[in-house]
Amino acid sequence: MSEVGDPSKETMLRGFRLMVLGRAADERGTNLQRQGRIGFYVPMNGQEAAQVGCGLALDAQDWILPAYRELGVALARGIPLKTLFDQFFGNSADLLKGRQMPCHYGYRDYRYITASSPIGTQIVLATGIAAASLYKGEKVVSVPFFGDGATSSSDFHAGMNFAGVYKAPVIFFLQNNGWAISLPREKQTRSPTLAEKAEAYGFPGVQVDGNDFAAVYKAVSQARARAVAGEGPTLIEALTFRMGPHSTSDDPTRYRKSEVVASWREKDPIDRLQSELIAKGWLDEAGAEKIHEEAKLEVQSAIDAAEKSPPPDPSTLFDDVFKEPTSLLEEQRREFLEMVSQGVLRP
Amino acid sequence: MTEVTLIQAVNQALKVAMAKDPDVILLGEDIGVNGGVFRATDGLYKEFGEKRVLDTPLSENGIVGMAIGMALQGLKPVAEIQFMDFIYPAFDQIVSEAAKFRYRSGGEFPAHIVLRTPYGGGIKGGLYHSQSTEQLFTSTPGIKVVIPSTPADAKGLLLSAIFDEDPVLFMEPKRIYRTATGEVPAGDVRIPFGKARIAKEGSDVSVFAYGSMVPQTLQAANVVEKMGIHAEVVDLRTLVPLDVDAIVASVEKTGRAVIVHEAPKFSGFGAELSATISERCLYSLKAPVLRITGYDTPFPYALENLYLPSVDRIARGIERTATSA
Repeated sequence: MSEVGDPSKETMLRGFRLMVLGRAADERGTNLQRQGRIGFYVPMNGQEAAQVGCGLALDAQDWILPAYRELGVALARGIPLKTLFDQFFGNSADLLKGRQMPCHYGYRDYRYITASSPIGTQIVLATGIAAASLYKGEKVVSVPFFGDGATSSSDFHAGMNFAGVYKAPVIFFLQNNGWAISLPREKQTRSPTLAEKAEAYGFPGVQVDGNDFAAVYKAVSQARARAVAGEGPTLIEALTFRMGPHSTSDDPTRYRKSEVVASWREKDPIDRLQSELIAKGWLDEAGAEKIHEEAKLEVQSAIDAAEKSPPPDPSTLFDDVFKEPTSLLEEQRREFLEMVSQGVLRP
Repeated sequence: MTEVTLIQAVNQALKVAMAKDPDVILLGEDIGVNGGVFRATDGLYKEFGEKRVLDTPLSENGIVGMAIGMALQGLKPVAEIQFMDFIYPAFDQIVSEAAKFRYRSGGEFPAHIVLRTPYGGGIKGGLYHSQSTEQLFTSTPGIKVVIPSTPADAKGLLLSAIFDEDPVLFMEPKRIYRTATGEVPAGDVRIPFGKARIAKEGSDVSVFAYGSMVPQTLQAANVVEKMGIHAEVVDLRTLVPLDVDAIVASVEKTGRAVIVHEAPKFSGFGAELSATISERCLYSLKAPVLRITGYDTPFPYALENLYLPSVDRIARGIERTATSA
């Protein structure tokens, strides 16, 4: 029996493809950094079901506010791989003009807010967007993504509290991946669960198995229906695990045991969804293998294309500080470009 | 044209903007039913309703983050931070989010917000109701910093701020909220950013000031006038963007420069002005640049009148700079 919010066969298969594509892109992202071809990378490995499940349950007009690990959400949103790899390379085709570290992207066309690095700031922004959506009469939700560490931030408190007060249509999507760099979840808060924090703000908080695509999809669908019906926000705590390092600058062997990582490998969200689809007769081994192979080729062609673009033009350094540059910025740009043309500064 | 106080001019600007554009929304602590602790939003809740004048929970990072989010979704929010001394919980939102949004998104997500905040001493407010920390924000690329000194400027600059597509920190000199009076044009009359105002013309020495220090400096200029010293008082109005041309023109004319601000001297905005003058018009100078500022201490309570640049201290500084060989 299907219930409200259960994903259809098509959604399940689409989710599987996106998760596989995300895993393939993610592995290459890490490798490109190791090879010195990009400067940095933030892997999402292990969190594909939480991210794609959430992303597919949302409407194209809903607002996404990522932390910086949400490749699965970006793909579910339909952001092309080439666009993302242009950002990772920080090249002249990058719509962010090479201004940010890899993984800190965002695009207005996808209502996907450009990420920043400080922890938790996007949680309040999401409430502000939702309050504005209410004011404008748009039936859309805002979804901030954040981790267990962010629940200790003052902006988590402010965003949750304001959303409760204004009954703002927000789905606070918390990926509890067990670790905030080296700090385990148990040391982040004495609270038995993170979901129960919602109760103090006057709205529901639910825990969901974050490695179960269908369960995440359903929880988000129900929270979304609630929000657009004017019933206010929901906190969803998706229980998952960060299989890799916090970022390419991190070495998780310093702070966690390999047995714990191995136990979560048994719960791999992609293997799990693949088994479910095969058990339902919606996919077979050969079909799954084909999806994995196609994903690798798709990623390779995006990388090939992105790597061809040259770095951003130096003159763009001074754009977008303000809508129009100040006279002092224009003066700095002139002096800078003169040094570039004289070869004093070499790109 | 009617005579109003500076805070009434702020109120008028908000009212004009809200009547003109339904996307203009106010939010802050005690600004609704209560009309703001200084009454800047008096009557607006009644006129425009609770959907456009939001009383917020007591959280500055919440207020500023909400405002930025509203701007991302197309509104033009004007947030009030009750005292500038309480802006720091929102520092992350201002510096990491508002100031960098346009740049970090390649121009896709500008943060069209105004943060209004009363600043400065002279009201017996002690450590935490008196500070002027404009330099924390002028040193952050991506945010404009505006400080009016007259009712007409308060109204015209605030209207510009509300319709400007970049984030604006609008610092209101609370000490002269009710003592600065003057005529204000009716309706949506805006004053552009980046244009300093010659508050008093003079030929012997240039004195640069902004906000509450402008009336003090004008009084000091009148004192030295009696000694035959003709001081030119330049009201900078906006620190970012800065009217460098006006500064250079005045110093090239007089050959002497004095800078007055309430904030502490060390690394204060006066240092930027002094460096600008030395970089661009050193050879016009006939005397060292002088800074008359608050001292490099936390803001005092009982001794605040001695701490703040007074008319006598400013007059003495102008006189010495004007007469040094």
